[in-house]
Amino acid sequence: MPKKVVSGNYAAAYAAKHARVEVVAAYPITPQTSIIEKIAEFIANGEVENLQYVSVESEHSAMAACIGASATGARTFTATSAQGLALMHEMLHWAAGARLPVVMVDVNRAMAPPWSVWDDQTDSLAQRDTGWLQFYAENNQEVYDGVLMAFKIGEHEKVNLPVMVIESAFILSHTYDVVDMPSQEEIDDFLPPRKPLYTLTDFENPFSVGALGTPADYYEFRYRIEKAMENARKIIKEVGKEFGERFGRDYSRMIELYRTEDAEIVFMGMGSLMGTVKEAIDVLRNEGYKVGAAKVRWFRPFPKEELYELAKNVEGIAVLDRNFSFGQEGILFNEAKGVLYNTDANPVMKNYIVGLGGRDLTVNDVRVIAKNMKEIIEKKELDREIEWYHLKR
Amino acid sequence: MNTLFGEKKANAGKRVFKSVEEYPEVPITLGTTLSNFTGDWRTFIPVVDESKCIKCYICWKFCPEPSIYIKEDGYVAVDYDYCKGCGICANECPTKAISMVREEK
Repeated sequence: MPKKVVSGNYAAAYAAKHARVEVVAAYPITPQTSIIEKIAEFIANGEVENLQYVSVESEHSAMAACIGASATGARTFTATSAQGLALMHEMLHWAAGARLPVVMVDVNRAMAPPWSVWDDQTDSLAQRDTGWLQFYAENNQEVYDGVLMAFKIGEHEKVNLPVMVIESAFILSHTYDVVDMPSQEEIDDFLPPRKPLYTLTDFENPFSVGALGTPADYYEFRYRIEKAMENARKIIKEVGKEFGERFGRDYSRMIELYRTEDAEIVFMGMGSLMGTVKEAIDVLRNEGYKVGAAKVRWFRPFPKEELYELAKNVEGIAVLDRNFSFGQEGILFNEAKGVLYNTDANPVMKNYIVGLGGRDLTVNDVRVIAKNMKEIIEKKELDREIEWYHLKR
Repeated sequence: MNTLFGEKKANAGKRVFKSVEEYPEVPITLGTTLSNFTGDWRTFIPVVDESKCIKCYICWKFCPEPSIYIKEDGYVAVDYDYCKGCGICANECPTKAISMVREEK
C-alpha cells in the first residue's frame, strides 16, 4: 500500500480527497490553514473531480455553507481550530439537530486570552453538548483513518450525525510522519457514495429543514438524537472492525488499551499526549511499575461499557486532562468519574491537568505521575483530587 | 419515503404523532409551510374593497410573506392562512382599497 510522509493537516486533506468529498467550505485559521491550502491545491491541480470549494467570510458561514450542502445530499467537509470553532458553535447545533453528517477536522488549539496557537483540548470539549461525535487522533495515521471512518459512521443510516475528528495543534498538524494510504479503489470499496435519507434536491417531495418545532414535537427530536448517539456506539465498533480487516489498523475499540492486562495503574487521556504516555509505559514497565495506558478514542458517544470493564480490574486511574472546566475539574476526569459512580468498580482516580496551551508532557513527567499514583495506592490516601502538574511553585 | 410528503394543504397540519417512533428520523417536514400556518399570530386582517382596486399589484409586490395572490379575474385576495396582519399592503395601496379590520375569531 502506498505510504506518504505528510503532516497531520495534509493527512486530513488527503483523507478528504480520498473520501471524494463534494463540498468543502472553510476559513483559514492557524494551525488549521494548511488543510484547506492542500485541498485548494488539489482543486488547482485538477486532481479532484466534482469538488466544490466555497469561499466564506467566517467560520460561522463555513459551517452554514456545509449545512446547506449536506442537506442537498453532498458529502461535506470542513476544518477549523479554537476561536474559529467557537464562532461556529451555534451552527454546530444546527448541523447535529438537522442530522446532517458533516465531517470536520478540528485542530485542537488553546482558547484565548492569552492568545495562544498551541495544543489544548478545551476548544473541542467545549462543543461536547452540540450532538457531534468526537474522535481524538493520536498521530497522523489516526487523523487520516479517522476522517475516512468519520464519513462512514456519520453517514450511516442509523446515525446521521456530524463527526469531529480532532488532532493536536503543531504536535500533529505540522509535524511529518509516515502515513499509510490505501489505494483509491480500496477506499471507494470501503466508503461508497453517500446515501442521504432526504435531499433538498428531491423536487418531487419538498420539505423544510430546521423549521419550527413546538413544545409538542421538539422533545421527541431530542430523544431521536440521543438514540442515534447510542446507535453510533455499535456502528463505530463495526466500522472500526471493518477498517481493521481491510487496512490492517483495528479501531473496533472506543478505548484503546496498551499493556493493561495486569496493570495496577492506568493512565487515561486523549489525543497526541497518549503517544508520549505509551512510550513512558514501556520505560516504566522496565523499571518495575505495573502500568498501562487507556486512550479514549471516541469522547462522544462516551465509551461507558469499555471504561467500566477497564476500571473493574485496576487499582488506580490517573486521568491526564489537557483541558479544564473552570470551577470543577478536567473534563475527561469529570466524565469518567460520573460513569463509574453507580457501578461496583471503584478505583482510586486522580486528575492531572497537563500540557495546557501546548506545554510539553515528557516521559519523565509520566514517571513522576506514576510514582505519585503508586504512593496514593500504597498509603490508600488521596493527597488531592486535582493536580495542576506543571504549575511553577 | 416519508409519508408526510405530498400532503395537500387542505388536510395538512392536522397530523398528530402519538409516539416517538412515528416521528420522521430527521427533523424535517413538520414545519413545511403546508402544515405550519403562520397566519394565526395576527390581530388585524386586511380586507380588499374590489370597487376601489385598480389592479396595480403594489400590495402583491410588497407583501413580505407573500400571502397576497392574484385571482383569475385580476383582483387581489389575501391568503389568511399565512397573512400575519402587518398592514404593509394597506399602507402602500394608492387608492386605499385595503383596510385593516380587527379580526374576530
